[in-house]
Amino acid sequence: MALPIYASPLQTAWYYGFRFICAVIFFFLIFPIMVIIPLSFNAQDFFTFTPEMLAFKAEGYSTKHYQDFFTNSDWQNALRNSLRIAPMATLLSVSFGTLAAIGLSQSHVPFRRAIMAILISPMIVPLIISAASMYFFFSRIGLQGTYMGVVLAHAVLGVPFVIITVTATLVGFDKSLTRAAANMGAGPVRTFFKIQMPLILPGVISGGLFAFITSFDEVVVVLFVGSAGQKTLPWQMFTGLREQISPTILAVATILIVVSIMLLTTLELLRRRSERLRGMSPG
Amino acid sequence: MTASNNDDFVVFDHVQKSYDGELLVVKDLNLSIGKGEFLTLLGPSGSGKTTCLMMLAGFETATNGDIRLDGNPINNIPPHKRGIGMVFQNYALFPHMTVGENLAFPLEVRKMGKSEREEKVKYALDMVQMGDFAGRRPAQLSGGQQQRIALARALVFNPQLVLMDEPLGALDKQLREHMQYEIKHLHESLGITVVYVTHDQSEALTMSDRVAVFEDGRIQQLSSPDDLYERPENSFVAQFIGENNKLVGTVAAVKGTTATVKLDNGSVTEALAVNCGEVGDRTTLSIRPERVDLGGKKTKNTTDALVKELIYLGDHIRCRMEVHGNDEFIVKVPNAAGHKHLVEGEKTTVTWAKEDCRALDA
Repeated sequence: MALPIYASPLQTAWYYGFRFICAVIFFFLIFPIMVIIPLSFNAQDFFTFTPEMLAFKAEGYSTKHYQDFFTNSDWQNALRNSLRIAPMATLLSVSFGTLAAIGLSQSHVPFRRAIMAILISPMIVPLIISAASMYFFFSRIGLQGTYMGVVLAHAVLGVPFVIITVTATLVGFDKSLTRAAANMGAGPVRTFFKIQMPLILPGVISGGLFAFITSFDEVVVVLFVGSAGQKTLPWQMFTGLREQISPTILAVATILIVVSIMLLTTLELLRRRSERLRGMSPG
Repeated sequence: MTASNNDDFVVFDHVQKSYDGELLVVKDLNLSIGKGEFLTLLGPSGSGKTTCLMMLAGFETATNGDIRLDGNPINNIPPHKRGIGMVFQNYALFPHMTVGENLAFPLEVRKMGKSEREEKVKYALDMVQMGDFAGRRPAQLSGGQQQRIALARALVFNPQLVLMDEPLGALDKQLREHMQYEIKHLHESLGITVVYVTHDQSEALTMSDRVAVFEDGRIQQLSSPDDLYERPENSFVAQFIGENNKLVGTVAAVKGTTATVKLDNGSVTEALAVNCGEVGDRTTLSIRPERVDLGGKKTKNTTDALVKELIYLGDHIRCRMEVHGNDEFIVKVPNAAGHKHLVEGEKTTVTWAKEDCRALDA
């Protein structure tokens, strides 16, 4: 929006001030992440820019940290563990979160606000508290240090995201559609999969993505609930930072950033497609 | 199981409905709907008419009483097993499916083969003159077109009974009138039974075989459109259907079908005793504006009138007058040759036939 000619000095000041504030916010948010990307191509084992890198000489750059990530068995194990845990946790979060959101959107359910608050609490309770309590609880019932234990713990962390996004899409869901389906002879199961699910799919997908990223990025809970057999990527990065300070971490971080951007792009494309299918924007 | 005959296709037998366990939204409803009948439930919002429709469709359960369809009680049958077609107020078309897929949905549920399904969908779309639209999505259609698709979808699986919940409420006046005729014609050509809910009385009068006027959870009157308009049985119906002039008074004498009523301004008039109670009871006289004669020959029911306001409406002139102390008395004067030309403030006389002045409950 251009500055109108009749703007007072105060409005002019705010006009430029506002842009400055926005620029600063984006700088603080994005710059630290951006710095990681060139650093991950460092030819030396340093976390800082070498004089060769600053002079843009080819010998200052290399992909050896990426090679390290793809060949080092510690990192590969961690990646494999993350890829075993995150999808399973996502599946559980999405199934239970979607069902919970649908159930809690029905007005006849008693105590729905209280139930909703409890289900969302993992997002609000400090992670270290969730992690410590899960550790004690899971040790008693033999889930501590097991694959299933980590999956369950991550699923709990992912459920709030699914509930929130699915509840948001359900607000726009016309209940007479399920009535219409019933009226035409469709039972509850068919109505759910053929009518309700396709229409709330955008919410389910974004919730699922958030749940996946939560599990994929999570370090605190897995440190408590997991054992060496469930060492995930973030865990490996954490120990890497503490013990060996290798720029391989930067390479991994860069890969994760790229993967996240790709996931978000896919999600946005899916969402647009489904909105077009729902006829909300011109097809 | 009771034997069904053509007059009792749908039966509400002492049906009551309460949402909170205290307040009855529907109070003791008894209603029989014949096979092939077009019955309209008419009433103001909150009168219980939609609740009745929802109980019939199975989306609400009756608190007390039986609902029977074709002789069988359906209280315990879930909506998806009732086989009743329904047109929803907001159409409820599935936005993620094309028009064709929307229509095929009830047929797929019934496990009908693909070729038969396509044939039926095409037939139903042609029926509402939407044959070229099978590939479109609902969002690409206008309100009137969506309405037709909703209608076709409710009819495509050949239900015996079709429910319509204010289906024309969202359309503009012209389209609404057009669709009224179309629905009426479909009803006649298909021979289906239709239960139609509306709060629009002209819609009810145009389309129905019988109209049930709802108020306060009860049917106030159940009769054919002309009876409803010309012979209202109580003052609610008289006031709700069409335009009505009200005169309030006390019954002075009842002789046969004639009631002598002493009006609140002291004058005495004669009326047709319909529902006026006994001597001494309060009563409301109901006179339709088009049954009042201006000037004309003097009879027992001729009285002085003062013209208060004239509103020009093209085919007729609406004249607000003061009659028997009521200054909201409306008379419709046809805009035709030979009719009296009135001016505001003019004094004249009005006359009506005793039969057109109905003495109803207060």
